[in-house]
Amino acid sequence: MAKANMRPDKVEMPAQDPKVRARNFDEVTYGYTEEMAVEEASRCLQCKHRPCVEGCPVNVQIPEFIHLITEGDFEGAYQKILETNVLPAVCGRVCPQETQCESRCVRGIKHEPVGIGRLERFVADYHRAHSNPVAAKVESNGHKVAVIGSGPSGLSCAGDLSKLGYEVVIFESLQTGGGVLSYGIPEFRLPKSIVKEEIKQLELDGVKLETNMVVGRILSIDELLHDYGFEAVYVASGAGLPKFLGIAGENGVGVYSANEYLTRTNLMKAYDDNYDTPIRKSKNVAVIGGGNVAMDAARTALRLGAENVYIVYRRSFAEMPARQEEVHHAQEEGIQFLNLNNPVEINLDEHGEVVGMTLIRMELGEPDSSGRRRPEPIPGSQHDIEVDTVIVSLGTDPNPLIKATTPGLDVTNWGGIIVNDEGKTSRDAVYAGGDAVTGAATVISAMGAGKVAAASIDRYIMSKEAEAEAEAN
Amino acid sequence: MFKIVSKEKLNDIVTRMYIEAPLIAKKGKAGQFIIFRIDEHGERVPLTIADTRPEDGTVGIIFQTAGKATRLLSEMNEGDEILDFVGPLGKPSELDGYKKACVIGGGVGTAIAYPSAKALKANGAEVDVIVGFRNKDIVILEDDFRACSDNLYVTTDDGSYGYHGFVTDKLRELLEGGKEYDLVIAIGPVPMMKFVCDLTKEHNIKTLVSLNPIMVDGTGMCGGCRVMVGGELKFACVDGPEFDGHEVDFDDLMMRNRTYSKFEKEEDHKCNLGLKQKAQA
Repeated sequence: MAKANMRPDKVEMPAQDPKVRARNFDEVTYGYTEEMAVEEASRCLQCKHRPCVEGCPVNVQIPEFIHLITEGDFEGAYQKILETNVLPAVCGRVCPQETQCESRCVRGIKHEPVGIGRLERFVADYHRAHSNPVAAKVESNGHKVAVIGSGPSGLSCAGDLSKLGYEVVIFESLQTGGGVLSYGIPEFRLPKSIVKEEIKQLELDGVKLETNMVVGRILSIDELLHDYGFEAVYVASGAGLPKFLGIAGENGVGVYSANEYLTRTNLMKAYDDNYDTPIRKSKNVAVIGGGNVAMDAARTALRLGAENVYIVYRRSFAEMPARQEEVHHAQEEGIQFLNLNNPVEINLDEHGEVVGMTLIRMELGEPDSSGRRRPEPIPGSQHDIEVDTVIVSLGTDPNPLIKATTPGLDVTNWGGIIVNDEGKTSRDAVYAGGDAVTGAATVISAMGAGKVAAASIDRYIMSKEAEAEAEAN
Repeated sequence: MFKIVSKEKLNDIVTRMYIEAPLIAKKGKAGQFIIFRIDEHGERVPLTIADTRPEDGTVGIIFQTAGKATRLLSEMNEGDEILDFVGPLGKPSELDGYKKACVIGGGVGTAIAYPSAKALKANGAEVDVIVGFRNKDIVILEDDFRACSDNLYVTTDDGSYGYHGFVTDKLRELLEGGKEYDLVIAIGPVPMMKFVCDLTKEHNIKTLVSLNPIMVDGTGMCGGCRVMVGGELKFACVDGPEFDGHEVDFDDLMMRNRTYSKFEKEEDHKCNLGLKQKAQA
């Protein structure tokens, strides 16, 4: 094998100029060309102990696919990723590679790690541009599994089960598949056409997607198991109700949860004049929170035409949960960070419209239970900012619907569904994963949970079948 | 796609449709709602279920034209199809165990009150119904209510039909005349529900209201439908849409319902109930 290219930094990925992209919904980055991809791939050392693979929740065969890129076999590289990951074009864009595969890369010890995410995205985009979708040929094994929710976790579980020959039906509550990939992550980070195509491929492979089906209302899990012939159910219902601060003014006109703001924009396309979805025309926007969703909401507000967009976060950059790349992109685009500030009150006018927000400055004290230094208010440091829109992005609580309608399903005190290592819940034949179990987390960890559950469901159904056969004989 | 199997104009601005949706027809109960979206570019609009017919697999909706989506829907005809129709959403009403109930509807809210009156009657309760309208031209569902009530009182603001006055005037008269109820259900414009609740609180009668706040997904995700009930944050789509009316902060709700009054992309509409808020539909 050829010697690795010892260039210290990643091949840069071309991107839209920050000033231009801050005003449009087109994708921020353009992706590698073939030449760039081959050069970046040549930086991989092809380590025998493959630490990067360990860092991937779905075990993408990273050195192998990168090696295929160096040989110019881009389609082969795509097929290699697809062996363990049903959504390469999505993961290549939204995975936090810096804390997963790339954090383990040997090249990253002294210099920049190999741009694994960028390469994954490249091969997925290459595949979409150069091939027509074809159905995977899998013989049916005659067993039916229901998946609740078509977000990353549900899609990953459905994809794996379908490859094993299961007849899989996904029940989706919204009009469009994709879950958070469709309603949450903005177009400029993950074009919806890509989500659509990845789902179309799964449908072509035989997975059935039933939209407008709110399980827990239209059908219960028990009905799916007893009346509709499903032998197992995977619950991937995702994040639920948004959390609020509980401060005065929070129900004012112009206060959104990030979920609502993003759903209106992404799923319901409020930014597109061809759609009827209303959204507030804002001048000055404050987003409360420091996670990836807060960055998405802030950058969306900018693109919807706001002049000033602030992130209000009670800790500092060092503690911020958002991906560094997202913070960096937000800064480039002109998002203003009011770190070490905590909202005290949202100020409303006599019509209930947001006109400002009172903040108090914070300082960091001793580390708390999360290991992060606890922010404490500085007495007498209250000050006002002028805003007409406030977006609350403090995470979500699990959706109560499935729990409320599924007797015997155990949940934690905060409502997350309890599962064992195999993704099995307290109910027989019922498995769960993703945000419904963990609370808000990443796309890829949700996909990983879907994979684990798919394998467990397969073992469960196969062992049941073996028992039935033994009894028959 | 979901087919419109029948359409009937109840008055100039209120339409009744039956939509083919067999599973919802089987599962939907009084108090629950659906969300419809006409086409790819349309809004998601919540509507309370007005009737279910499991035997022919259809769901009844009654709506007032109050914006682009309801206007477009009112212009569609039998045999046409709408893109999305999802439900049943929200919790069903709990109507067991009441002996004497008064069901109050205002404007198109009467349509939402109808299944509750019907269910109470079927449960063996004695049911009085008060329905209020601006004038006699827009009175709807009179025969339907007569069939499921012991006493029906129709009120009009201008006195052109039935009792001259508001539903609250009639209710006050009944209560002061010695009528006793163990349940009042009030469904209509927010100010009407607020005034009914003020009155029933004085008389210490349990009162349920059905709220129709701003909503996007209707499944417990967007938080747009948050309302303050008993000083706590509740979400109408999963915790409601029915709540104890004596606990609801109606002023907060009226404020939130104004969110899109000046931003809505749809044409401005004038409330036909003469009230300063989006009509219940």
